[in-house]
Amino acid sequence: MSGLKQIGPNFVGLENYKTILFDSDLPKYASNTIIIWLLGFIPQIIISLTLAIWFTSVRLKLKFTGFFKTVIYMPNLIMAAAFSMLFWALFSDIGPINNLLVALGHEPFSFMQSVWGNRGLIALMNFLMWFGNTTILLMAGVMGIDNSILEAAQIDGANAWQTFWHVTIPSIKPILVYVFLTSLIGGIQMFDVPQVLTNSEGGPNRTSMTMIMYLNKHLFSKNFGLAGSLSVILFIITSILSFIVYRNLTEKQPKNNDLTNQRVKGGTK
Amino acid sequence: MRNFKRIIALILVLMMSLSLIACGNATNETVTPVEPAESEPTTEPQPDPAAESGKVLNIWGWNTEFQGLFEKYFVEAGLLPDDVEVKFTIVPSDDNAYQNALDEALQNQENVSNNEKIDLFLIEADYALKYVDSPYTLNIIKDVGLTASDIAGQYKYTQDIVTDSAGSIKGTSWQATPGLFAYRRSIAKEVLGTDDPAQVQEALSTWDKFYKVAEQAHAKGYKMLSGYDDSYRTFSNNVSTPWVDADNNIIIDDNIVKWIEQTKEFTDKGYNNKSSLWDDQWAADQGPGGKVFGFFYSTWGINFTLLGNALETPLPEGVTATSNPVAFKEATEGNGIFGDYGVVEGPQNYYWGGSWLCAAAGSDNLDLVQEIMRTMTCDKDTLTTITKDTQDFTNNIEAMESLAADDNFASAFLGGQNHIKLFVESATGIDMSNISPYDQGLNEEIQTAFRDYFNGTVDYETALNNFHTAAIEKYPDLNRPD
Repeated sequence: MSGLKQIGPNFVGLENYKTILFDSDLPKYASNTIIIWLLGFIPQIIISLTLAIWFTSVRLKLKFTGFFKTVIYMPNLIMAAAFSMLFWALFSDIGPINNLLVALGHEPFSFMQSVWGNRGLIALMNFLMWFGNTTILLMAGVMGIDNSILEAAQIDGANAWQTFWHVTIPSIKPILVYVFLTSLIGGIQMFDVPQVLTNSEGGPNRTSMTMIMYLNKHLFSKNFGLAGSLSVILFIITSILSFIVYRNLTEKQPKNNDLTNQRVKGGTK
Repeated sequence: MRNFKRIIALILVLMMSLSLIACGNATNETVTPVEPAESEPTTEPQPDPAAESGKVLNIWGWNTEFQGLFEKYFVEAGLLPDDVEVKFTIVPSDDNAYQNALDEALQNQENVSNNEKIDLFLIEADYALKYVDSPYTLNIIKDVGLTASDIAGQYKYTQDIVTDSAGSIKGTSWQATPGLFAYRRSIAKEVLGTDDPAQVQEALSTWDKFYKVAEQAHAKGYKMLSGYDDSYRTFSNNVSTPWVDADNNIIIDDNIVKWIEQTKEFTDKGYNNKSSLWDDQWAADQGPGGKVFGFFYSTWGINFTLLGNALETPLPEGVTATSNPVAFKEATEGNGIFGDYGVVEGPQNYYWGGSWLCAAAGSDNLDLVQEIMRTMTCDKDTLTTITKDTQDFTNNIEAMESLAADDNFASAFLGGQNHIKLFVESATGIDMSNISPYDQGLNEEIQTAFRDYFNGTVDYETALNNFHTAAIEKYPDLNRPD
């Protein structure tokens, strides 16, 4: 009986890696994770960029920006599990959202028993929790752009869109890379929100089971061998993804500045 | 310098690659713990006179049911020595959390001080064997000191559940848990034209008849059952094989398949309300606004859960039938649908749940544990009082039979019905031969996995596959059947 009587440890070589890679549903959980992450990240980066530009724009002269900056950051302060619990209560079959739907003359919708309802809620929570944080990071990037470059662009006749696309975005690339990377790693580590929302079951037909939830299942059964090999695989996946993102977003810069780079290198020797 | 860097890098790489090839768990070899061997408990309990022993009594459980009873019928009865402090540790049982915490604590028993050692812990029928068949529980007769005549009045099945493979009894319970079908009298009147238990039983005595009533109820705008798992125990506790065979293969019994088929049909035809056990919808269905004909419930469920859910205004905090009978009566009578439920045997005999007390190996309070077990689970007077106060069905045949024959004994909640009479008949039919240590986890997982099938999210094969995946995740030593 697992649990009370200890099983193993027995030396099995690479057997656990084989099981995890070829004999488990890991690819399915990996794609769940990526899908849910994308569902949350795409709106997040769009809204955050827009807000960052608005909040820093000299021309718009928005009022109460300090207030809004605080408000959008607030969801990040709540514990993820508590936030998830709140959503679970709000969107449950006989929760307030469904009461509202019925009051408006719609059929009640079972969010937790629908694949996209479940994934959507998790993505929504991730979005709400992190867009404030991302906005503030991006604002820092945007504020770092020298105003004279923007003015020069305007004098050259660039419209707002062109300024944004050709001046702002390239200038904040390092910050963008950072945001993308941290979010990606955070996405791979997604755990508490879906765990609480789906009561550790991973939603209907395991469609919201993330990789860390799967890892947790093994830890819970004290199946430390499999859990350990899964962690190593997760580490490798994270490293590879980070490397790809980093390379793709940064490789152009050194090429353009080959000459200056060499000179700088020479200088420090 | 360069070489030094290379060596450092090489060492790092070696270390990392070594950690990659780790130990594993894939085989089924079990290593029994070095801790208490089968014979050891008899010698170990003798407390070291020098040690600070017996000051703290540690009791572990997954809810406060026993805590309430213990405080009322043991502490308030003045049976607890003054210098002993009782410490309850409550871990909810969802997702195996209670068992995991308990396992860890039991395995750590010999490394902690006497005041932290578990003395008494509660277990459920679903996983009783796991603890009974381990060296962590004590024989209640040989080690704890109860006598055969102490436990002679108990229902035999409550002893069978906690008898290990060597034949020693490792636990004892204050309750027996035969199951019944609790129906709404008002709805029965509308659907069947009568709310008389005898006639309702007649209409529900087989699954075919049950199905027919479901059809009739549906026609009148009612649901027969609340959710998917309502009838689960009537099937799962009448299986013909245990969940797991001798080779650790998972076996799905025909009776479980019957539950799946029936529930799918009920769901598709709208005879149930698509809820799951313990969720909000399920609880609401039992209340004043519910449109559900009835619920399969065993003893504890009727007097604790169903009663609580049936009220319009919840009971005031801390008020129970035992702690404050006057306030309880005031708060319940006329509240919601109190009095609108009746009970019948239903289509099939079954039992559901039940809690057992086990003495933990290494306990430093064995005398007190013995006293608690004797008072709470063997003493006829205490058990009669518990039944009178709480309407719960307690584990003393003589006491229960005399209450069953007592015309003055009735449950106000059940509209004046003497439910003990039905329980007494049902208790004799309980068959325990097919329990396994894995029941709790597998029952939980199959209900979860097939919810998707009932909902129409996945087909039968996928649900079955998900069940196997989840089962093996929970119990890595089990095998997926081919």
